[in-house]
Amino acid sequence: MATAFETPPLGEYPVIPLLREGAMAHSKPFVAKPDLQKGLGFPGELVPEWEKVAVTKLGELVSQSRALRVFLDSCVKCGACTDKCHYYLGTADPKNMPVARQDLLRSVYRRYYTFAGKFFPWLVGARDMTKKVLDDWYSYFHQCSQCRRCAVFCPYGIDTAEISMAARDIMDTVGLGQKYSNEIIGKVHKIGNNLGLPEPALRNTLDGLEEDVKEATGVEVKFPLDVKGAEVLLVTPSADFFAEPHIDGLIGYAKVFHAAGISWTLSSHASEAANFSLFIGNHDNLQKVAERIREAALELGVKRIVVGECGHAWRVAYSFWNTLIGPFDFLDPRYPAPQHICELTYDLIRRGALTLDKSANDDKVVTFHDSCNVSRGSRMGNVPGGQFTIPREIIRACVNKFVDMAPETIGETTFCCGGGGGLLTDDLVELRVKGALPRMQALQRVVEEHGVNYMAAICAICKSQFTKVLPYYEHSRDMIGSVHGLVGNAIVLGPKR
Amino acid sequence: MPIELNGQTIETDEEGYLANRTDWNEDIAKEMARLDSCDLGENHWEVINFLREYYEQYQIAPAVRVLTKAIGKKLGAEKGNSKYLYELYPYGPAKQACKYAGLPKPTGCV
Repeated sequence: MATAFETPPLGEYPVIPLLREGAMAHSKPFVAKPDLQKGLGFPGELVPEWEKVAVTKLGELVSQSRALRVFLDSCVKCGACTDKCHYYLGTADPKNMPVARQDLLRSVYRRYYTFAGKFFPWLVGARDMTKKVLDDWYSYFHQCSQCRRCAVFCPYGIDTAEISMAARDIMDTVGLGQKYSNEIIGKVHKIGNNLGLPEPALRNTLDGLEEDVKEATGVEVKFPLDVKGAEVLLVTPSADFFAEPHIDGLIGYAKVFHAAGISWTLSSHASEAANFSLFIGNHDNLQKVAERIREAALELGVKRIVVGECGHAWRVAYSFWNTLIGPFDFLDPRYPAPQHICELTYDLIRRGALTLDKSANDDKVVTFHDSCNVSRGSRMGNVPGGQFTIPREIIRACVNKFVDMAPETIGETTFCCGGGGGLLTDDLVELRVKGALPRMQALQRVVEEHGVNYMAAICAICKSQFTKVLPYYEHSRDMIGSVHGLVGNAIVLGPKR
Repeated sequence: MPIELNGQTIETDEEGYLANRTDWNEDIAKEMARLDSCDLGENHWEVINFLREYYEQYQIAPAVRVLTKAIGKKLGAEKGNSKYLYELYPYGPAKQACKYAGLPKPTGCV
């Protein structure tokens, strides 16, 4: 099962690697089978005259999105982005420099949609749409986690994520899709979540959690499902029901609701916060997946929608829900719609509504990994930078020992975990391990200098990715955990048995 | 890559999970484990059997916590944790054990 590759060594300090051309040219995710493609409204396999179809689709995309056109037109090759991508830093493949990744699409755009490219392609780096170009797209647009770190450093604000999403949308349109993301989106359409967890299994899992929490605390904390008339609908990544350490986060949310006396429910119809359609850049699927949440909220008659710890879900919810599935005029206007679970918990902490015993986490020295879609694609609270301060304030309220990693690796300039953007799959494990290098480098330093033994995150992808890659860098896989796992440990619910 | 066993060819997906769940039998599980250089002992089978029973009832593999709890009940509390399951299935208990049990691979952010 193990693929042969070398884990990059962690040096004393981060270095910009010497170029290794073609170092990751072999990296390609599994292709989606025809039935998976068709379930999402895409052709099953490469269509006849796919070159034309691809070029036409590209033309549609640039005419619909002013941003995409500006991103493709405005690059001046200044080089500011080149050493900002974790995949470039971890693989040394020059095609993983953001500018080179953009140029894979830009060269085709120039050939068909610019004056110079139409008549003097050799002067402006314009290329015909060929199979070789398509193969390069499939490989290298699946080596971008759409984390947008490069865009922070680009003087023109060019967002490689948008370009990578457009390229994936074009590939799906011609019948070339990625198995991992498309299988998952298909499961949401059919069953309601990424895992394909049906309602009886979900109920069984939640019942089990009620037993566990009762056993551990003596308190009857509920994990309600499909309860009509609840105040809050909680929409959370299905990994929170299934995986470790995610499930500790779910227990944390339930304890917060219990302690604050807020009635809440999960929904079996909308049992997923994640929306992988963002990763494949497809608007129709994005809307269809999000729509389930509106339907569930209306059906259950809730007054608030709260989103659990999921990075890109929060970007979709915060930035796109209003236009995708709004308006939310049926929700209580006194609360943000949608609201992040961290906003809810932070508000309760500030009002003194929760009793927290920090000593419950005294075995931990904690750091916080900012997730890219929360950091650079959204916000929390009502002050700029709330997405950085709120999770840290929650952690500080729950632990005695907290330290941040180096400033250039957190906050707005945080490094991706290496598994975002639809790349969290075993067929890309080499890419994931290498792409985690910058984060591991920063982590190593706080481990050595401050004895950090716990990295908290608020994204299901980050949690699974680190569980997988930490051992490659000689750390324990259970070093990664949920922010609400820390809350769940610290919260005092009532007299212990 | 299909599995060749006792003169039969059994279809799998790219990662070696069975294409048709009904093809499963104990010999196939052993052969899959052998290809991964893993020797299936009694404790491995406890996990595989539990996964299959759970799947039969719920059409999905159990959450890791449900699995650890069940194994803890059967094999003793000191084995009811994910550390023990990782010792049995170093590639990740959910994925590797599901494969040998003939179940589909868990998908999503797991």
